[in-house]
Amino acid sequence: MVSARASGLPRWVLVPAAAGALFIVLPLVALASRVQWGSFWSLITSDSSREALLLSLRTSAAATVLCVLLGVPMALVLARTSFRGQGLLRSLVLLPLVLPPVVGGIALLYTFGRKGLLGETIDVLGLQIAFSTTAVVIAQTFVSLPFLVVSLEGTLRTAGQRYETVAATLGARPTTVLRRVTLPLVLPGLAAGAVLSFARALGEFGATITFAGSLEGVTRTLPLEIYLQRESNPDAAVALSLVLVVVAVLVIGLVRGTRGVSA
Amino acid sequence: MTLRLTATVAERDVDVSLDVEDGRTVALLGPNGSGKSTVLSVVAGILRPDAGRATLAGTTLFDVAAGTWVPPHERGTGLLAQDPLLFPHLDALDNVAFGPRSAGARRGAARETARTWLGRVDAAELAGRRPSELSGGQAQRVAIARALAADPRLLLLDEPMAALDITVVPAMRQVLRTVLRGRSAVIVTHDVLDALLLADHVVVMEAGRVVEQGPTKDVLARPRSTFGAGIAGLNLARGTTDGGGVRTAGGLLVAGIHDDETVPDGVAAVAVFSPGAVGVHRERPGGSPRNVFAATVRELEPRGSQVRIRTDEVAADVTAPVVAELDLAPGTEVFLAVKASEVAIYRA
Amino acid sequence: MKRLIGTAAAALLLTSVAACGSSDDAAAGSSSDGPRETTLTVYAAASLKSSFTEIGAAFEKANPGVSVTFSFAGSADLVAQIQQGAPADVFASADTANMDKATADDLVEGTPADFATNTLEIATPPDNPADVDSLDDLADPDVTVVVCAAEVPCGAAAAGVEKAAGLDIRPVSEEQSVTDVLGKVISGEADAGLVYVTDVRGAGDKVAGVPIPESADVVNTYPIAALAGSRNPDVAKAFTAYVTGPEGRSILTAAGFGAP
Repeated sequence: MVSARASGLPRWVLVPAAAGALFIVLPLVALASRVQWGSFWSLITSDSSREALLLSLRTSAAATVLCVLLGVPMALVLARTSFRGQGLLRSLVLLPLVLPPVVGGIALLYTFGRKGLLGETIDVLGLQIAFSTTAVVIAQTFVSLPFLVVSLEGTLRTAGQRYETVAATLGARPTTVLRRVTLPLVLPGLAAGAVLSFARALGEFGATITFAGSLEGVTRTLPLEIYLQRESNPDAAVALSLVLVVVAVLVIGLVRGTRGVSA
Repeated sequence: MTLRLTATVAERDVDVSLDVEDGRTVALLGPNGSGKSTVLSVVAGILRPDAGRATLAGTTLFDVAAGTWVPPHERGTGLLAQDPLLFPHLDALDNVAFGPRSAGARRGAARETARTWLGRVDAAELAGRRPSELSGGQAQRVAIARALAADPRLLLLDEPMAALDITVVPAMRQVLRTVLRGRSAVIVTHDVLDALLLADHVVVMEAGRVVEQGPTKDVLARPRSTFGAGIAGLNLARGTTDGGGVRTAGGLLVAGIHDDETVPDGVAAVAVFSPGAVGVHRERPGGSPRNVFAATVRELEPRGSQVRIRTDEVAADVTAPVVAELDLAPGTEVFLAVKASEVAIYRA
Repeated sequence: MKRLIGTAAAALLLTSVAACGSSDDAAAGSSSDGPRETTLTVYAAASLKSSFTEIGAAFEKANPGVSVTFSFAGSADLVAQIQQGAPADVFASADTANMDKATADDLVEGTPADFATNTLEIATPPDNPADVDSLDDLADPDVTVVVCAAEVPCGAAAAGVEKAAGLDIRPVSEEQSVTDVLGKVISGEADAGLVYVTDVRGAGDKVAGVPIPESADVVNTYPIAALAGSRNPDVAKAFTAYVTGPEGRSILTAAGFGAP
């Protein structure tokens, strides 16, 4: 029971707050109420659904690994150094967070596409990115990298540099400090960031459909499959949507779990 | 390892020159904001000075004019701060083993070294504990062991006891006395007892400049700086050694903790204790204090939130409510009590 | 119980949303100010965008006091919205299947009228880098081909053409809509795409078209109908008549559509 008086909040605040909560929860309830439970299992285990789910999990995992490999150094540079233009760099790194994903997709197309900025270089290397699973991973990494960077930079700043300074005075080289002190200390923040990135990658739609296309087992991830199924088989779309909702709930639980441990 | 330092940090208006002779401990005294910690940061390599140079045992730590700058991890300058800052993800043993491991020792060997050092600071039984399971005093012991296990050429201590519970300070001071013997060290402190008990040499800083320096006894006897004068406010009982204490000309026997070597009776000595360590009572207190002196209040002198009670031989600092509660006024008969552990006895 | 919760929730949500501003009532109020301001809302398949925009303008000119607004999207999307009570007066679908859905749900007033047909054509980038000049070329694994997914009308048509020609085309992507296919061709990512004749025409010199005789067997028929929920049934009927009449026909023909 909410005790508004004890918290010092005016009681009327509870009304819009409840409306807001309802606004978020109700559509999910409505979605769940539309699921055809009789055929639910067969719908989410059909060949195309399974292919889409597996592809989504595979590409999201790959994107998360890329995010960690690229994002950890970025967060370290942003949190631990200061240089001219750092503020600008930080804003640019955050851009994919606020950019419509379809814009990201178009931008990626003009970078990695056949006629793109790096198109010829990629061609020379004998690689084909457009319409490949690699393109899906690139699109997912592009949109989810900021989540990891933001989350980790915050953790690094909160953790401060005092332990790192102590480690240095104990004779630890910078790499040793990073490996044995900095990273273990921010591990909960890193885990939370990675989980958020994974979730964002899993939900990626706009950039993928624009940049990677849509082909079963290659580039058609779960959100694309849902969007497509909606045309011909709304029941399947609803069932798969519920699967994504469940995954999202699990992810939030995981993040709360890791945050709880660090607190 | 001899340290020779001259450094200017313009931003903090610090401009000092400081020498630490091999095997000696220098106490850096001074009011808050006088630049003491800045000096340590410069020596440790955490802060870049605007000018100056420093050498340790002949090797250059930095030389601004020559553009030389040795990074902190290559300096061999251990730093122990107020906050123990034990790595929270490692247990006490691995915290202490961190220095040897960083120097390239194998895990097993590093842990052996760590165990030895934990033993030296009486913390062997804490080896398996996480920092979150240690008390402030225990954590600081482990931190001392960790700093020493890294085998520093020069140990820098930045108010290592300021954050500790007052009850564990005397024991910690004993630990430091043991480990600092024969070691080159700089200790920043507010507490003149630290200077007396731990340091051979005192450097007093005010407003970013060295205003006074010399052997501890000289600075204490003839303070020339404002801060030195504050030190002179300490209770100094001069006399000769007698049993475990110092007997003054007035016949007062002050029990305390001896300087390192066992002092024979009849030697000139000084017992030093801070007015803050003196308790004031209207009735003779029972229990533990070994030193209880009957005295007459001569003077009450407000000093900030404290009131200094002066008697013929001993001064005590108490809070204003205590003055009211005990109804203290010039002429009041009182008993002054001070624990032997708060009294340092020093050969004069 | 479920219904009660639903009603209570809806009441709470609607009061909050209503406080945020616009609602249908406001729009209805302004249109009922006088008989001269009638707004007709037309839901039309995405492939009709340019021709229907033109027809709408002509219709407004011929009927002073009437303004026509359009919502262009995939036919399946539009049907789904109409089923959920979207305030549409007229629905023009790109295939009969989606119109059938609307008819089956009694959402249509009268009988839908077929007003146009469309066939597929190969679109290539203007310089045609893969030298595509027939449907057979699309089966070449070195040619990057994109088509619509079988779930959407243009994809169903593509599958029909493929079957009629006895070919096995391996697309690199099965897109959500014909515009997505066209986009991949225009950007040069794909060497060829199967799109409607009208899309090639509409894209101007951004793509080149390669007609395919096989497409004659697979014709998409476009039906139009006034909707049962229309507030202006007479104007809605007048619009459908205008589209199927000579004025509409000439604009549609110019855009590349065939006669029904």
